[in-house]
Amino acid sequence: MLDKLKNTVLDSQIKKSIFRVGIPNTDRKRVLIVLGNVVLHLHPTKVRTSGVKLRYTWCAGGLSFFLFLVLTLTGVLLMFYYRPTVEGAYVDMLDMRSQVPFGIMRELHRWSAHAMVIMVMVHMFRVFMTGSYKPPREFNWCIGVLLLVLTFLLSFTGYLLPWDQLAIWAITVGSNMARATPVFGAGGPFADFLQIGGVPLVHPGDDARFMLIGARELGGTTLLRFYVLHCVGIPLIAAVLMAIHFWRIRKDGGVSGPL
Amino acid sequence: MKVQGADKPQQGQALSPREEAVRRLKIKGFLDPDGKPMPRRQFFVSLALAWAAFAAALGGALSVIGVFMVPRVDFTKVEVFKVGPPGDFPPDSVDVSFMPAHRVWIVNHDHRIFAIWAYCRHLGCTPNWMPDAKIFKCPCHGSGYTIDGVNFEGPAPSPMWRCEVTVGDDGQIVVNKGQIYAWEKSEWDDPRSFIPA
Repeated sequence: MLDKLKNTVLDSQIKKSIFRVGIPNTDRKRVLIVLGNVVLHLHPTKVRTSGVKLRYTWCAGGLSFFLFLVLTLTGVLLMFYYRPTVEGAYVDMLDMRSQVPFGIMRELHRWSAHAMVIMVMVHMFRVFMTGSYKPPREFNWCIGVLLLVLTFLLSFTGYLLPWDQLAIWAITVGSNMARATPVFGAGGPFADFLQIGGVPLVHPGDDARFMLIGARELGGTTLLRFYVLHCVGIPLIAAVLMAIHFWRIRKDGGVSGPL
Repeated sequence: MKVQGADKPQQGQALSPREEAVRRLKIKGFLDPDGKPMPRRQFFVSLALAWAAFAAALGGALSVIGVFMVPRVDFTKVEVFKVGPPGDFPPDSVDVSFMPAHRVWIVNHDHRIFAIWAYCRHLGCTPNWMPDAKIFKCPCHGSGYTIDGVNFEGPAPSPMWRCEVTVGDDGQIVVNKGQIYAWEKSEWDDPRSFIPA
């Protein structure tokens, strides 16, 4: 009686439509269930015992990804209240802390951001110290370096959004470095060569810094540009690179283990 | 009238697998009616043209994004403002009263009145005037400037910029932040960069 019920459930059309395989009574079917389901597929069919050794991996990469998920969730919630305008940004940031239920959401986002920067660097440190960047994992190391840069850029663009004195002067300093960009920065090397009849093609009104902050000096255009980069542009690129990063971990032989 | 299966060989005309493949490739245009493939040179030229077209499309799309990020109109305000007659600025003084509105100091030093744009030449912070030490000091990275705006300590690479100053019809000094005079371009002796005092 119970067996019959079990078979009916496991062999049902609904179950088959989701998992594509009937009763997993052979190893082959058990593997097919994992391979044929997108959620289960995210987890490898087999994990080496060394891969779950916390003392070896510190789970630093996993924690980085977890923090990215926390930041995405809390960040989307913050977007419901935050206006990226000169008039709105600072008061909205204050209101998110005092006038919105669970005002800790903003602090969660802030502290998770700090933690993610630290954790990504810890992850890089661990991979370096265990030699896990060596062949066949060199390509994945390079993807990881790009992800580190994107993490810093996310942190940098998010730094401006509270629009307080610290944010404005930090981004003033940071964006002024773009002046020194070779060729495309108004104060950088080789920019002087780009001119027609004495009229410079690269000047403070169209150089790399202008493209970054949207004006000659920091203002509302900067806030909007950084907001779009912070909420859409960089996370999209990071998500694509993360997919490649995780996929390559498995293709390169799984989480590296002690030799 | 199109007959289904007309391109198929009739019954009894058995073709070898190779003949069958050649027949299909002729129909698809990969082989000419004589059964000869596309010349090797033509293949590589087509391949190069296809890649060139792809690269051009990609480059064009990226250029469009780059151009899109710079608007046609530069909305930067050109600040031109009056600061009062030259007599308001005694010798060896720094007037900080126009800092909140215009970010400019009016300095009378060495028989010249000039306007310094309070923009640190290191990374763009606003330095402070230290009346006791008689220096400008940047809070961000510690750059120091003497009273005439010349850098003497810290990471700043050059003296601060000066703005154009002229005496208007009513005897008041007019400061134009749209015109900048830089020491490193030897522009500080330009008559419009200072007012004799």
